[in-house]
Amino acid sequence: MNAARGSLLGIEHLEAAEILRILKFARRMNPDRPRPFLKGKRVLLLFYEASTRTRSSFEIAAKTMGAHTVLIQAAGSSIEKGESLLDTGYTVRAVGADVIVIRHPNAGAPYVMAQHIDVPVINAGDGLHEHPSQALLDAYTILRNKKSFKGLQVAIVGDIFHSRVARSACHLLSKFGVKIILCGPTELVPDIATTLAPGVRVTRHIEDALRGTDVVMLLRVQKERLSGLKIDLPEYIARYQMTPARLKLAKKDAIVMHPGPIIRGLELTSEVADGAQARILEEVRNGVPTRMAILARAMGKMR
Amino acid sequence: MKTNDKTSLLIHGGHLIDPAARLDAPMDVLLKDGRVAEVAPPRKIKGADQKFDARGLIVAAGFIDLHVHLREPGQAHKETISSGTAAAAAGGFTSVCTMPNTLPVVDSPDWVRWLGQPERGAVVNVFPIAAATRASKGAVLTDFGALQSAGAIAVTDDGKPILDDNIMREALILGGELNFPVVQHAEDTRMTEGCSMHAGARSFRLGLRGMTAAAEASIVERDVQLATTIPNARLHVAHLSTADALKAVRRGKRAKARITFEVTPHHFTLTDEDMRDYDSNYKMNPPLRSAADLEAILVALADGSVDAIATDHAPHAAHEKEMEFERAAFGITGLETALALAITRLHVAKRIPLQRIVELFTAGPARCFDLRGRGSLVRGSFADVTVFDPKKKWTFDAAKSRSKSKNTPFDGWHLTGKVVATIVGGKVEYSA
Repeated sequence: MNAARGSLLGIEHLEAAEILRILKFARRMNPDRPRPFLKGKRVLLLFYEASTRTRSSFEIAAKTMGAHTVLIQAAGSSIEKGESLLDTGYTVRAVGADVIVIRHPNAGAPYVMAQHIDVPVINAGDGLHEHPSQALLDAYTILRNKKSFKGLQVAIVGDIFHSRVARSACHLLSKFGVKIILCGPTELVPDIATTLAPGVRVTRHIEDALRGTDVVMLLRVQKERLSGLKIDLPEYIARYQMTPARLKLAKKDAIVMHPGPIIRGLELTSEVADGAQARILEEVRNGVPTRMAILARAMGKMR
Repeated sequence: MKTNDKTSLLIHGGHLIDPAARLDAPMDVLLKDGRVAEVAPPRKIKGADQKFDARGLIVAAGFIDLHVHLREPGQAHKETISSGTAAAAAGGFTSVCTMPNTLPVVDSPDWVRWLGQPERGAVVNVFPIAAATRASKGAVLTDFGALQSAGAIAVTDDGKPILDDNIMREALILGGELNFPVVQHAEDTRMTEGCSMHAGARSFRLGLRGMTAAAEASIVERDVQLATTIPNARLHVAHLSTADALKAVRRGKRAKARITFEVTPHHFTLTDEDMRDYDSNYKMNPPLRSAADLEAILVALADGSVDAIATDHAPHAAHEKEMEFERAAFGITGLETALALAITRLHVAKRIPLQRIVELFTAGPARCFDLRGRGSLVRGSFADVTVFDPKKKWTFDAAKSRSKSKNTPFDGWHLTGKVVATIVGGKVEYSA
């Protein structure tokens, strides 16, 4: 793989020590106290797919560190006119990009970009594959709420098959020996998911997933990615929706996480979303320092 | 060496492997007037105009590839009949069967004849396979009789499988009446929408939607069922890739149905685990399968079940491949690496005898489509000969390929077994 130094294409091939370095650096970052690590640098945000959290937090992270940011979205750009991924890459490189942050509906698109472009490429979510900055900010959030990864059990409930967040989270948590339980119906949580990383288990029963769990990670049913798959939503709600009663099965100090966007009344109730155990908005907040660390690392400034 | 079909050419000193004639011995072969004039023990044949020294080499009937995409008409930026057949000659193939999924689709006698015109610049024999349904839309059968008369040797809707049970039934009935093979690319496309590789642990990890083995096996099972019950029907299963589909074909063969099938070098060499970094040179349809599927195919290659090795040579321009894996075109080139992969992976690694490998490139494919006078070097056969060195070690350099396209996962591979000369109709079209 020819990716430029500082690229972040996924969690799978990142070493545990490197993950800890990023998290440690992120803890030193404070969005309210600008650090000019990226002064004069140009960060190109190439978004082929809709995004609120990831886009805005990458943008704020870059600006906090003194970078110029340019957002290119598929609609209203040459992408819409049929320009290829690589030609868009060559173009933004020629414009003067120092870092490319890319969100794309196809798995592996950042790999293709990184293979051919000589600046760091940061994967901001590629199809069903990975969402490494989300996994890092989730790890950051877990470590702010739990002493360490040691002995932790994490339940991830919902649409695992279509979730790049789940894939990245499994890779990351597995590297630290966390017990991971994936929970949902067969269509959304195929048995093959256990091959993703060591320590991953699958269950169809929410009670089984929650018992003894320290972190409950909820996922949205991604209707836009189902592509023909029929999910019986009332049945899904009956079996898997996170309710205050179900949450009681988890450890007393368990936290509830969700990468967003949340759909109240579907994968969780409002009581859970707004409850004392929820860390959903904290995750969003933690996205900025985490992405500051990712961008600083891309520019070789993470020391 | 300059030769033409009027001069005689003696290939001497070589070791002849001709499974159809049950020959595996040192033999000289005399070619004259475009035919094999004589096959005899060393030094028995005298008086040839020209000689080819084949000492230390294997001499075989010209190889036949049942499955190539030459991309003409309409997609000359990927390949032309001229460039594709040059690549075929370099790979030891003296005959190639072309797929009809061109622009337009080869679904009429006119287009079949067009493929055979001298202006196309073919340097090996080109046998057109015509579309089985109009524009390969799967709805209305083409005129099999007219296509056959124009020179088509089989029909297929390759790439767009015939899903409709009744259309497939009618195709096999009509094909049976005309002794015309129906070739099926077995894939239930209703189950593979948006899929770009084999469904397994690897596709799950990479976040790529996967084609299940069932999508292939279910179509093969249906086709085998039809071919078993329709009198004289001839079914040829293209690029079989799964153990489950193999089971169905074995069942049909045991029931004495007229079923043949081919496998590709990439399916007996690579698995779904081999693709790295979303490299679209590992993207083809059917996709690279599981290790268990590959093992089943190796068993079938060794035990005589497989009828032919075919390349599914599918050239694409760089810009059609260097893109998002899910959007990149399906297919890889294969003509110039087929023999070496067979020798390296089947003979050297798995001890499958050379005789069997030669059969898979010659007599086997000739039988599948009734290519009379080809696939053997018995006296009177066409003067199509492939001479190769089974021990030669070499490195494949895709940049030097004669194909217009370079989309191969085998670039830089160290291989054993190399084509030394390819003789078509008595004329040396390629020599290393």
